Amino acid sequence: MNEETIHLDSVRFYWSKVADFKIYIPKLEIGRGEKVLLLGESGSGKTTLLSLICGFLSPISGDIFLNEQKLNDLKANKKDQFRSDNIGIIFQQFNLLPYANVIDNITLPLYFSKNRDSRVKNHREAALNLCRSLQLSESTIAMQANKLSVGQQQRVAVARALIGNPSLIIADEPTSSLDASTQKKFLDLMFRQIEEHKSTLLMVSHDSSISNYFDRTINIKDILVREN
Amino acid sequence: MLLKLTLNSLYARLLTVSMTIFAISLSLMLYLSVEKLRSSAYTSFTNTISQTDLIVGSRTGSVQLLLYSIFRIGNATNNITWESYQDIIEKDEVKWAVPISLGDSHKGYRVMGTNKDFFKHYKYRGNKSLVIKDGKYFSDLYDVVLGFSVAEKLDYQINSSIIVSHGLKSFTDHDDQPFKVSGILAKTGTPVDNTIIVSLKAIEAIHVDWSSGAKIPGQITPIDEIRKMDLATSNITAVLLGIKSKLKIFQFQRWINEYPEEALTAILPGVALQELWRIVGVVENILLGISFVVILTTLMGMAAIVLSSLNERRREMAIWRAMGASPKIVIGLLMLEALIISSVSIFFSTILLFILLYFLQPWIDTTYGILVTVEMFSLSDIYIFILFIFAAMFVSLIPALRAYWFSINDGMTVKI
Repeated sequence: MNEETIHLDSVRFYWSKVADFKIYIPKLEIGRGEKVLLLGESGSGKTTLLSLICGFLSPISGDIFLNEQKLNDLKANKKDQFRSDNIGIIFQQFNLLPYANVIDNITLPLYFSKNRDSRVKNHREAALNLCRSLQLSESTIAMQANKLSVGQQQRVAVARALIGNPSLIIADEPTSSLDASTQKKFLDLMFRQIEEHKSTLLMVSHDSSISNYFDRTINIKDILVREN
Repeated sequence: MLLKLTLNSLYARLLTVSMTIFAISLSLMLYLSVEKLRSSAYTSFTNTISQTDLIVGSRTGSVQLLLYSIFRIGNATNNITWESYQDIIEKDEVKWAVPISLGDSHKGYRVMGTNKDFFKHYKYRGNKSLVIKDGKYFSDLYDVVLGFSVAEKLDYQINSSIIVSHGLKSFTDHDDQPFKVSGILAKTGTPVDNTIIVSLKAIEAIHVDWSSGAKIPGQITPIDEIRKMDLATSNITAVLLGIKSKLKIFQFQRWINEYPEEALTAILPGVALQELWRIVGVVENILLGISFVVILTTLMGMAAIVLSSLNERRREMAIWRAMGASPKIVIGLLMLEALIISSVSIFFSTILLFILLYFLQPWIDTTYGILVTVEMFSLSDIYIFILFIFAAMFVSLIPALRAYWFSINDGMTVKI
């Protein structure tokens, strides 16, 4: 398990109320600094898998390790703490608190994670630097989040995921709400930043055309078994 | 940071939030003003008359006697003859006695005939006496002393001329015998403020040409002639009594109630005031109850508003969770909202209350003789505020627990 960010072993999960949705993941390993694309159709269990890795859901059986920490062993509040210390999350869309400004949105994780907070000397400065690297203009930064375009919102979400340098970035179809040209620009900027921060990336998508950005592409069918 | 973001969030929903705050402020103000009016009315009431041991009138209910003799509300059913009055004041137990004669009015204010002893023995709020603000007590037959509010409302000064009307709401004036203001009393916060005080002789004087409550047609006795007349009082409306020994009060009350020559009633002012208060108190308790229910309704409304917005904000909860906020913080955020909304509402309600009191105080004072004090909050008000904040937090637990449930179950799988 040396130098592994994510390690899943014989993980089994099902909702107690939804009988026909049972998943089993025999093994999934993602190394430190690796950028992995997880391909799969909708309803294939991608989001459930991400929820398991992020600690929102607990497996029925099996083990999940994140940075050598066994998630199952953590109590609920420790799990929340662990998540904010180690993972930056980018959703499909509506990533931001609509009523807060860009800087507040970006620096929000620092409030919950002392670990990440300690790596950032000046919150505002760090947020501004990330914004500049992600080509968000000064005027954009001053705005309230709900005034931004979707493309800008997604870039702010990247900045928020990266601030304080968590070891793992989890992205759930961050490009699905963007058009083709914005999508390319977004991916270019995001990957440059992830390279720079040396983060591990696990991104879920149904679009195989973007696989050239990644070190490795996994098809969800190859690692996840539906048990009905 | 949490506080700032919560404020941002509230600001983003400014219209809904301010409507909620407005509704809560109004209902709180309703409650506070009823409470305020209640306590002020009680103080004013029970302090209307003090150090008077007995009030004597013709046979009637104790509350009614108190109402017409002291509060100048309603009318006496009957009068006391001067002979009975003499009988009473000749008794050894009597320390002092003040006769009162009511019946006439001036522009809606009651005219009360009495003697100078009234100014000496009428006490309110413990041992406060009536004080002449301007001028002097009456010395001439046609002198009047005005209560503070009468002079203020009707804009009378010393030497102003006054025509007294017969009865309470009549069109017949005693215009042949004008009065002159000799003195104006300082404010007392009692019904005396709304009273016009003349001598007993003056009451007789203006009724010289009257018989059985009607003016004798064609008969106008000149003032010079009236001045020469005896003008002995034959009837009075009530008597205020001071008894030498407190131990004798009940005994003397009994004696008056059983007085064989005339059907009389003697009451203990304190007891009658309490009795009257119990009658008024029912209304006031109902009001208090209603405003309490109004507060409760508004709080439920607040919970409903937060609850209905929760579905839209489900996404927001997921973001907080993804950032590492525990479900407890999600609950805390909603509770913090309730705390802010209720605190701001308390602030506004007190401002509204002060504005309301500021404008209504003079009117309440003159109309009902209740002095509502515009003052800082009593300890019980502060208890109410704390209780209210807790109640607000408690009802906001309903949406908060739902948000908790959402945030536990949603994880990353929020469908919008």
